[in-house]
Amino acid sequence: MTQTQTHTNTAPVLEVRGLTQRFGGLTAVNNFNVTLKHGELAGLIGPNGAGKTTVFNLVSGFYQPSEGDILVCGSNTKGMKPHQVTGLGVARTFQNIRLWNDMSVLDNIRVAQHGRLGYGFFHAIARSGRYRRREDEVEREARELLEVFDLLRFADEYPKNLPYGTQRKLEIARALSSHPQLLLLDEPAAGLNSADVKDLIRLVRWIHGRFDVTIWMIEHHMDVMMELCEQIKVIDFGQTIAEGTPETVRNHPAVITAYLGDDNI
Amino acid sequence: MLRYTFHILLILAGGLITWMAYEEMIGLYTLSVLMFMGVNIIMSTSLNLVNGYMGEFSCGHAGFMCVGAYVSSILGVLLFAKDKVFGAPLLDPSLAIYAFPFIVLAGGVAAALAGLLVAIPSYKTRGDYLAIITIAANYIIISVIENLGVIGGSRGFMGMKRVINAMEDVAYLPWMPIWVFLFTVFSVWLLRRYLSSTFGKGVSAICQDEVAAEIMSVNTNKIKTISFMVSSGVAGIAGGLFAYVIGYVNPGSFNILKSTEALVMVYLGGMGSLSGSILSAVLFTLLLEALRPLQIIKWVVIPLLLIILMQFRPEGIMGNKELGDMFPWLKRFYKFK
Amino acid sequence: MLASILQNVINALQWGSFYALIALGYTLVYGVLTLINFAHGDIFMVGAYIAFFVASFALTTLGLPGWAALALTIPATMVLTSLVGVTLERIAYRPLRRKGAHRLYVVITALMAGLILENGNLAILGASRKAFPPLIHETVYTIGGVSFTNLKIAVIISAFLVFAFLHWVVTRTRVGMAMRAISYDKFAVPLMGIPMDNIIVVTFVLGSAFAGLAGILFAMSYPVLEPYMGALIGWKAFIAAVVGGIGDIRGAFIGGFLLGAVEIMVVAFFPSTFRDLIGFTVLLVILTFKPTGLFGVAKTTKI
Repeated sequence: MTQTQTHTNTAPVLEVRGLTQRFGGLTAVNNFNVTLKHGELAGLIGPNGAGKTTVFNLVSGFYQPSEGDILVCGSNTKGMKPHQVTGLGVARTFQNIRLWNDMSVLDNIRVAQHGRLGYGFFHAIARSGRYRRREDEVEREARELLEVFDLLRFADEYPKNLPYGTQRKLEIARALSSHPQLLLLDEPAAGLNSADVKDLIRLVRWIHGRFDVTIWMIEHHMDVMMELCEQIKVIDFGQTIAEGTPETVRNHPAVITAYLGDDNI
Repeated sequence: MLRYTFHILLILAGGLITWMAYEEMIGLYTLSVLMFMGVNIIMSTSLNLVNGYMGEFSCGHAGFMCVGAYVSSILGVLLFAKDKVFGAPLLDPSLAIYAFPFIVLAGGVAAALAGLLVAIPSYKTRGDYLAIITIAANYIIISVIENLGVIGGSRGFMGMKRVINAMEDVAYLPWMPIWVFLFTVFSVWLLRRYLSSTFGKGVSAICQDEVAAEIMSVNTNKIKTISFMVSSGVAGIAGGLFAYVIGYVNPGSFNILKSTEALVMVYLGGMGSLSGSILSAVLFTLLLEALRPLQIIKWVVIPLLLIILMQFRPEGIMGNKELGDMFPWLKRFYKFK
Repeated sequence: MLASILQNVINALQWGSFYALIALGYTLVYGVLTLINFAHGDIFMVGAYIAFFVASFALTTLGLPGWAALALTIPATMVLTSLVGVTLERIAYRPLRRKGAHRLYVVITALMAGLILENGNLAILGASRKAFPPLIHETVYTIGGVSFTNLKIAVIISAFLVFAFLHWVVTRTRVGMAMRAISYDKFAVPLMGIPMDNIIVVTFVLGSAFAGLAGILFAMSYPVLEPYMGALIGWKAFIAAVVGGIGDIRGAFIGGFLLGAVEIMVVAFFPSTFRDLIGFTVLLVILTFKPTGLFGVAKTTKI
């Protein structure tokens, strides 16, 4: 795998069919369907508690769906642990930043390549040829990634000491270091000020072009979504209530009802 | 050349101790203190892997030590010594020198397998519930051995001195100090190499945010299994050495109090610092010996000292830093791969 | 057959009462502070010794009759034992909490405090065992082949009363409400004007007082005292609390009786050396299938 891998598989990057998730009596996600083609930049919006993050948790393998199938590049993720799903090419960020705070920035990027290290315990102990080659590659790749994200000067810092916006950026960089086909961004603009939000829009667009990756994002800032997304899906109470281009979604009556009272829309 | 200073010093220290023991310049007492120091270093560094680096709370480390002690003792006596129960040695006692490291390692492997007793529940359980499982594992291991009459039950098992005698018959050298020294270096070397690889840094990732680790492609169950097995396996090595140093084992010496000692060394040295654990093991061993004349009051004074230390330095001696991080000039004198 | 079953049930209830009483103390402190107070078993031991001294003093120096001595011993022991618990909290745990030390360092401090209590006792009083003076006349009743003593019944009843009292405190009183609040959110509680330190002291008072009560009852039932008597029983009671679901009063209570029952059953059918082995294995199996204990609520990770 290399950074600029060309997409040969004709299957859609993500295909979700009839996804349903129940927590006890609550149906958090109900018969959700979506297909993301290679290179798409799509959005998922909905009021608070609509089940957006649950969808992401299901896609990234953190929950096992009650019903329905999730196919990543054609492979069904049923019964897979999250790290296996990541191995298929899904990476994500979190609503509340979840960096490893007592590990250097460089190590954060390195450890995120864990799934494709290609050596195990005994190679590590023996410092075998494969170990040294892979460690060199991992280190070089991590530095390159930090370089393009303009984070290299923080390589030896601890993430907890970085400004909030930089932490967001680092989390995205960390997600990309696992070479994903599909990048899930869970509210990347949450907690950012308006200048940072502008940077974020540029960043996401730049990542989309530079890394040849399909992006699916949850966001409450409508201006971000309007700027970036080609396709938006709106869910409420776990049901899809509208989908289409940002324009259609914005004027859709069901969406307006769902958000009634929200000035953002 | 300068950066091999550490290696050279280590070899010199090992050689010096061996030579002095051979020439009987240091007494048996000093020698046994040095050997306990080695055993304690192995115990504290291996427990630090689970309690410090991985952030779990294992309080049954002595149980694994017990498994290693018994397996290597029985194996050694069975193969190389005449015994009331096992009869004549199965192999020529003169082979004992070559087989001894494998006997200790076999104890380590057995202890690593016993570590699965804790590793498998750890997939689903964390924190205090896992702590209980480790305590229960400690008690279960001791109880099993107490109920095994063949190997002496609660009375204990002996005969290891005869294995050491067999080694000394071939070549008169202070064998136990040599083995303890080599295995101490080996254990720390093993742990350091594991923890400093990107693969091993998955351990810290689990400690700091397990959810993020799993989603960022770290196979958390695999890393947990490996870590628990390495930790308990290395404790098993410590147990094997301990058994041969003392020449006698009984299940009672591996109870929760022994586990507590290991815990104390880890938290005294600092969670997530191998050099801290080594330092605290050395200090702890010396402290135990220095306070020996106080007899039972020793066990009042030591906890009291620790409580006071915790009040002033709650993160332990080193925190989560290594010696080289605290004193960067030291980095000139070593280079580890 | 039925008689022997009933006999074992009574024995299990009595033996489980001690575990339950101690486990309640563990779970109270854990529920509020998420601190495993490993010194708790030794506080139970200290309670038994305090009871010994108070009872001897009342019987010999004051020359009181047995029932009066008992009436004096129970409150005096509970008060003195809770003082020990509170002192521990004040000098060892609170400063660490103030400094925001890692939770496990507090646990280690607790372990060390337990060692100090055990070995300090050994150093001061010597290794000889103390025989607890009989305070009440033990009467054996036999009904249909099942024999029990007034003391056994008293132990069981006390355990149930203590449970009922603590359950009432935690669910029905203002202090209990504050305790539950602290266990939910340690940071918000001081902002709501709840005096956190006072609530924590109350928690330690309750836990230690009932450990003291367990000490009296244990000393009366098995009148031989030695400094290490609290260690094993303490660890086991802690395990009982966890199996019940630590932090939950009901869990500790049920867990204590469960452990008592398992141990009595093992002794009834196997050699007594198997008691720990089988007891702990059963607990391990329970925790494997119910990782947060019987009453524990699984903490859901939210992302």
